[in-house]
Amino acid sequence: MSIINIKNLTKIYDGSGLEVVAVNNINLEFAKGEFAAIVGPSGSGKTTLLNMLGGLDRPTSGEVVIDNQNIWELSSRKLTNFRLKNIGFVFQSYNLIPVLTAGENTEFIMHLQGRSKNERQNRTKELLEAVGIGDRLKSRPNKLSGGQQQRVAVARALASKPTFILADEPTANLDSKSTETLLDIMETLNKTENITFIFSTHDARVMKKARRVITLVDGKVDSDVTK
Amino acid sequence: MENLKIAWRNLWRNKKRTLITVASVFFGVLISTLMSSMQEGSYSTMVDNIVKFYSGYLQVQSYEYWENKTINNTFELTEELLQKVSETDRITHVAPRLESFALASTENESRGTILFGINSEKEEEITGISKWLSSGEILKSGDDGLLIASGLAQYLQLELHDTLVLLGQGYHGVSAAGKYPIKGIVDLPAPDLNRQMVYMDLETCQEFYSADNMLTSLIVMVKDPYDLPHARHSLKKIIHEPYRLMSWDEMQPELKQMIEADRAGGTIMKGILYIIIGFGILGTITMMLAERRREMGVMVAIGLQRARLGIILFYETILIGIVGVICGFLGSIPVISYFYNNPVKLTGDAAGTMIDMGIEPYLYFTWLPSVFYNQVITIFVITFLIGIIPVTTSFRFVLSKALRG
Repeated sequence: MSIINIKNLTKIYDGSGLEVVAVNNINLEFAKGEFAAIVGPSGSGKTTLLNMLGGLDRPTSGEVVIDNQNIWELSSRKLTNFRLKNIGFVFQSYNLIPVLTAGENTEFIMHLQGRSKNERQNRTKELLEAVGIGDRLKSRPNKLSGGQQQRVAVARALASKPTFILADEPTANLDSKSTETLLDIMETLNKTENITFIFSTHDARVMKKARRVITLVDGKVDSDVTK
Repeated sequence: MENLKIAWRNLWRNKKRTLITVASVFFGVLISTLMSSMQEGSYSTMVDNIVKFYSGYLQVQSYEYWENKTINNTFELTEELLQKVSETDRITHVAPRLESFALASTENESRGTILFGINSEKEEEITGISKWLSSGEILKSGDDGLLIASGLAQYLQLELHDTLVLLGQGYHGVSAAGKYPIKGIVDLPAPDLNRQMVYMDLETCQEFYSADNMLTSLIVMVKDPYDLPHARHSLKKIIHEPYRLMSWDEMQPELKQMIEADRAGGTIMKGILYIIIGFGILGTITMMLAERRREMGVMVAIGLQRARLGIILFYETILIGIVGVICGFLGSIPVISYFYNNPVKLTGDAAGTMIDMGIEPYLYFTWLPSVFYNQVITIFVITFLIGIIPVTTSFRFVLSKALRG
């Protein structure tokens, strides 16, 4: 059963009178527990699709239905709340909050969700251990390597117990070893906790690990292969 | 609390820039506090000098007296009036006075004088007249002698125990004339008055002007100037025609105008200073917003409500002001403390002008609370207004664009 249903999704950018169709009438469904990669050349619409799927960029037309709710019908405030409860994000440039430690970055979302201090602290410890940096709880992002920062970002994305995680080029800034480690961690979490992961990527290693690969070309689905 | 923690940490991400901004607030607060302390301290001393030397904070007069200062526009002091005024809240001293003009003559010289009929004991409580006594003794109740200002004594070539002839017009056209021994010579601080003043016991003066039990004014004092509005308000309820209540600023409009003009000048200076500081803070906040656009996007993307992001950014702006104000106060306290205990002595023309007005030629400093809280209010208003910018930014930025950086 699908948890995400994308219907006729289109995004047209209108800059200086020139219309650019970034995503062109896409229809997709994602089931619970998928480990899917959206691939394609630069400018094919991967990030735009992911942004619309994550409630970050409003589509020109079409629907993104998550748990029977078209998220683009929600008000800005409700949509933010929806993201907080249902979607985890992992960004290409890690994008941790620089003034918070690894632990505080992970805890931050749970704090926004209003969870108790005890629960927050326990889960933070558990998550950072799960991503292999339990010993860096009190380190600020500038004291962590790129790979470690991205692992904190994964822990942060998982902290809210989301329905699915969107990862935009998560390995683009990582070396091979860090990429392997991160992918292993995400795959393990996907399998053990049945968390849905959707990536946009150029990285062949990610495509290899993914169980479903959706290829976009010029804003359209060129192929959708489940391994 | 979490919002404040993040705001506080954000503030110190770029330590150098924050310290420069805080330093601008620090110097602004320091300079403004010192300037205000000096201005208010000096005004207070000026008023105090004038009030204690001459007018009192308030005067009860006959209704027509202020427009037409003649001995005929006097009023009779009744026990009831004295009691009512004395018992009014915040009033500390009340002294009766009969004030008019007379011609002072000796064998060879004459000069117009201001003649004050005073109750020595009560006048001492208000003006501390004995501190100006250079020779002889102070008047006692019922004394038939007089105190003469040293400048007048010098002009008339009079010494202690010499006799002074006074001629004038008494109550309702009666001739006033008398000979009085000089019991004391006073050296008054205001040169103008030092050339004209003669003090006489109230009853003797009333007899001289044939104005039994009549007064030109009842001098009213309060403990300090901040009690004045309350005392004036209370007295206005009980002083009606044929009496009139006058306050020091109505009787000394020039002094009031001078203080107001000087205060306005200071306000303009401080205003310019705070505008510069305001732009400094604005620059910091604008740069901070530009640098952190992506981070703001990420925070909203992961679930932080824009309103809460606005609060964090607002706190950052306010915190700059708070840190600057606290540092400014800590810096100003020892400086004000020093000058409070060691007022700055003026010299040259400025000192001369003040002496001519009967004011001590010193710049005094004050610990008046308004000197401090005015700076707090100003910085709060500035940072509040600037703080609106990040708050509106937090609501207006486009999430997808912010995430692209």
